[in-house]
Amino acid sequence: MTTTMQSIPLSPPAEPDRISLSQRLARRGLDVTTLLLVPALVFVLALFVYPALYGLWLSLHPMKANGVFGFGNYLSFFSNPYIYGTILTTLELAVPVTLINILLSVPIALRVRHMRKQRLLTTILIIPITLGTVLTAQGMLNFYGPLGWFNRTLMVLHVIDSPVRLVHNFTGVFLSQIVSGFPFCFMLILSYVSGIDPSLEQAGAMLGAGPTSRFRHIILPLLGAGLAITFCLAFVQAFSVFPSAVLVGAPSGPTRVIAIAAFHAAYEQYDYSMGSAIAIIMGLAQIIVVAIVMKASTALYRGPAAGGKG
Amino acid sequence: MTISAKNFRELRLERMRRDFGTHNALKDISLTIKRGEFIALLGPSGCGKSTALNCLAGLLPLTGGSIWVDETRIDHLKPEDRGFGMVFQNYALFPHMSLRKNIGFGLRMQNKPKDVIDAKVEEALSLVRLSTQGSKLPGQISGGQQQRVAIARAIVVEPPLVLMDEPLSNLDAKLRLEMRAEIRRIHNMIGCSTIYVTHDQDEALSLADRIVVLRDGEVRQVGTPQELYARPAHADVAEFMGYRNILKAEAESEVNGMLNMRLGAARLSGSAVEAMSGRDVVAALRPEDLTPSKDGPITASVISAEYRGRDFYGLARTEDGMELWFRSEIAVRPGEDLRLGAPADRVLVYPTRAA
Repeated sequence: MTTTMQSIPLSPPAEPDRISLSQRLARRGLDVTTLLLVPALVFVLALFVYPALYGLWLSLHPMKANGVFGFGNYLSFFSNPYIYGTILTTLELAVPVTLINILLSVPIALRVRHMRKQRLLTTILIIPITLGTVLTAQGMLNFYGPLGWFNRTLMVLHVIDSPVRLVHNFTGVFLSQIVSGFPFCFMLILSYVSGIDPSLEQAGAMLGAGPTSRFRHIILPLLGAGLAITFCLAFVQAFSVFPSAVLVGAPSGPTRVIAIAAFHAAYEQYDYSMGSAIAIIMGLAQIIVVAIVMKASTALYRGPAAGGKG
Repeated sequence: MTISAKNFRELRLERMRRDFGTHNALKDISLTIKRGEFIALLGPSGCGKSTALNCLAGLLPLTGGSIWVDETRIDHLKPEDRGFGMVFQNYALFPHMSLRKNIGFGLRMQNKPKDVIDAKVEEALSLVRLSTQGSKLPGQISGGQQQRVAIARAIVVEPPLVLMDEPLSNLDAKLRLEMRAEIRRIHNMIGCSTIYVTHDQDEALSLADRIVVLRDGEVRQVGTPQELYARPAHADVAEFMGYRNILKAEAESEVNGMLNMRLGAARLSGSAVEAMSGRDVVAALRPEDLTPSKDGPITASVISAEYRGRDFYGLARTEDGMELWFRSEIAVRPGEDLRLGAPADRVLVYPTRAA
């Protein structure tokens, strides 16, 4: 073998300013493949950012002030208890529904994780999502209505004398939200629960921890961050309740949620500007709750839920 | 305050059995383990060794038989009530707890006073030489260190029995040797009994007081490392204990346990491990005992050879197509013809097992 070492001149290290623009961009992670982002970006700009900003612009140009810039819509929102009360009504509905769905999902997910027919059960649970809120509401009207099976059965059994009012009120919307929200919560939580290495629980058992201690010290801390995310997503979904509040609720009274107020302003009073203002307030209310939950969850463990490098 | 295993005399498995549907993963395993013993469950993957360990731990219910600690039957107890320690193959450290919290978990579950827990945790940390790392999370330390934490966590509660499920299989070769010595040192220090599952015969030979060879859910042989190494009871145990040449042969005559066989065209003498009934036999031979010599009975040509420091190990093929692993002190080259031979006491002969 011959060596060519001597024949190669020792070149000085490349000077930084000699590097081409494309190389410098590549060092920052930008190259031709970055262009693949463009369609998605256009999509987001056209279908989300622009409408949202347009809504904001609309809301700041109240129709009542003949389209002159001003905070009139926001002022009238917060000065009318019939309108600003919808925030509280919606919160009263969305927060308990979300919490109940999560509280129901966790123990069931913990059971289902070890089941063999898991797929069958998850299919059954997904059905309410695929049916949509309208069909669910229709079914509920038939089932829980004054002449529905539920009331009739209880009356035949002499448990009650007159029908219990379960629809066209707060309870109706509440139940409907649980029916349609539960599968979503459950599927999310099941995936978080399945992500916890089963050997961790076994290790806990081998160290003398019973089921309650294992849940408290191992499962719950590892699930915490996932529960926070589930809460946020399920809450946002429940907060924007509209169809069931109209169909199985009492949309002019106890279940006049904020989405109804926005709809009423925009499409019944034809005040798009006020409708936009309510929609923006609705978005802000959601952001505030989500921000509080996410902030509170920063204290939780958020690393991988596996026990080692195995 | 020192970590030392609780008192017990022996652990007995009586016809322990585990079926998965129609598959018998464990077939009537019976075994007695004395206090302080280090037992290795050795076998190829799928032989039931991990199943056996999980049954002992209580993570899998038995489908038959019983487990006893002295006079107490324990096979109906939940894992948390058995009080055994376990080291998992993937360590199973709690990722959200510091090393100290991980190690102290078992003591906290026993509601020990805080000062006792702290003292024992520090002792366990120094036992596995991680005293300075106690406040880190498991994700922040290396695999070998995680393994040591897993061991510390299992022994700090002073279990009578520590179960280890291939604890070294995720480590690199050098670390594996170090941890092997570490595990034995800790075992000797705290005086517990250890059941160690492995598929690595070197690990089993170097660590265990007794080795239990499992195959197809059955105990094939129980013995000291020396016994198993020198005289495996079955051809398949022999194969597992480093007898790489398992050769079909035909018995011709037997004199005082020495058997003359025909191996294709060659004649070879070996020692019968058990009484022979038919003419068809299997000869088991370690590569290191099969060496080239002038009057070696087997003629074969070298297919491949590799240098392993002091000598060469290679593969040769006879004219009948029989392949033989051998050792040579002098350099051999592929294509070269050799005469190979082995001392008769190193050739173990087994009857052919009815398939």
